[in-house]
Amino acid sequence: MKAIVNVVGRDRLGIIAEVSGVLYQKRVNILDLSQTIMEDYFTMVMLVDLGQMEGSFKSLKESLRACSEKIGMSIRIQEESIFKAMHQVNFGGETLD
Amino acid sequence: MTDMKSILETIRMIEKEKLDIRTVTMGISLLDCAHEDGARARERIYKKITTLARDLVAVADQIEEELGIPIINKRIAVTPISLIAGATGEEDYTAFAKTLDDAAEAVGVNFIGGFSALVEKGISNSDRILMKSLPGALASTQRVCASVNVGTTKAGINMDAVKTMGQTILDVAAMTRDQESIGCAKLVVFANAVGDNPFMAGAYHGVGEADAVINVGVSGPGVIKAALERVRDQPIDVVARVIKETAFKITRAGQLVGEEVSRRLGVPFGIMDLSLAPTPEIGDSVARILEEIGLEACGTHGTTAALALLNDAVKKGGIMASNHVGGLSGAFIPVSEDEGMIAAVQGGALTFDKLEAMTCVCSVGLDMIAIPGDTRAATIAAMIADEAAIGVINNKTTAVRVIPAWGKTTGDMVHFGGLLGYAPVMKVNSFGSEAFIRRGGRIPAPVHSFKN
Repeated sequence: MKAIVNVVGRDRLGIIAEVSGVLYQKRVNILDLSQTIMEDYFTMVMLVDLGQMEGSFKSLKESLRACSEKIGMSIRIQEESIFKAMHQVNFGGETLD
Repeated sequence: MTDMKSILETIRMIEKEKLDIRTVTMGISLLDCAHEDGARARERIYKKITTLARDLVAVADQIEEELGIPIINKRIAVTPISLIAGATGEEDYTAFAKTLDDAAEAVGVNFIGGFSALVEKGISNSDRILMKSLPGALASTQRVCASVNVGTTKAGINMDAVKTMGQTILDVAAMTRDQESIGCAKLVVFANAVGDNPFMAGAYHGVGEADAVINVGVSGPGVIKAALERVRDQPIDVVARVIKETAFKITRAGQLVGEEVSRRLGVPFGIMDLSLAPTPEIGDSVARILEEIGLEACGTHGTTAALALLNDAVKKGGIMASNHVGGLSGAFIPVSEDEGMIAAVQGGALTFDKLEAMTCVCSVGLDMIAIPGDTRAATIAAMIADEAAIGVINNKTTAVRVIPAWGKTTGDMVHFGGLLGYAPVMKVNSFGSEAFIRRGGRIPAPVHSFKN
């Protein structure tokens, strides 16, 4: 199962280090990453693989929420399937886990 | 990886434009619960609902967490109770409504639909008892929703049932007068009702359905409105295309949720209802979409055309995005549940008659309209007859959900709370329809229904 992590907020030092640190602790592998500055806001999108994840999705979400408070940025994690479903015509029959 | 622009678009739709899954509704057949002993029948009903829907809310909440899209309502629709309770010989079905209410509370859903009767051609003894039980049932329950189907394109319109429902709506208003006549917000009179509609208050589980099924209704007026803001002053073809593309994305989110709920509960996925369902919140209004298309206020000349375009484009976009389409499918125009509609009524742009015209081209009908508390029974029956005629002649579902607000008059406000919203009491035609309604009988099926 794959998920998209989206980080948005004012640019600062160590954003990738902090977020990837949490992912590493949970044994979540980063497959792809892109980032940009939009309207003065740092915006990062990561594709991650939850195949080897330690703990539940909920606990990963909780850790990312704690991280978001620590670095003062918004962090969301969502299953990749919703993005594929909404933006690819040939989506179908994929399951979440 | 899906490109960044698309990912950010989805996030924006959910975060800022109020994209959500409006309802995941489990349809449950109660046909095997019928029993000549009413208490036994109700015991079976309670057990069946609480067994099949036990995990509905938990599973939907889990999927909401994983996909990051809100699933606003989890609901249940059951076989029309008139078909089940008739075996008992009881003279009042309020106890059945209470059982449905208890079962809904036990599994944590906010509404349960199916306290219903299908009387388009004739009224059975059981149907008569159910209709007679409506005021008491709606006054003594919180979550139960009721509906009565009074006409179909194949059968015509049962004017005896229409007449009965005119009076029944007044009785429900009176019985629930200490709560702004809210019982009427949970009672829909249909023509061409469908058995796979996931939306309340008109949901029931059709007799041609399986034991259990999952039906999903999406939402997203805010998403369509925001998309149209980006194509201002462009030709109407562009408007249609943008609505289609946006409806595709919205519907796909619903399709994914429906597939997941279905898989995890082991219950077949029935249909997607390709809907635009507003809420009273700012930024979640169908009326505001029509205004974005170019109308100064919803209800002015051009509103019917803009709504026809919107409704059609939503379906065209949604059909490709889903495996099976059903339910009501189209834009809803419930006045009290749409901030823009409420404002249009208050501003004098939107009238009762214009709403009737709009129902010719959109999903369902005269919906969540507060009318003066002293409106006559024959006038309400005549509203039902008009609306049923629109549905029967045009091969579409239509409905009436009006609230004759007890003690209120034109211009007063009625507050229902929550998703049911608030509404200004609208002016209705003061000329009578008594002699027309008194005739009773049936309006014959239209000529174009003879297709065999």
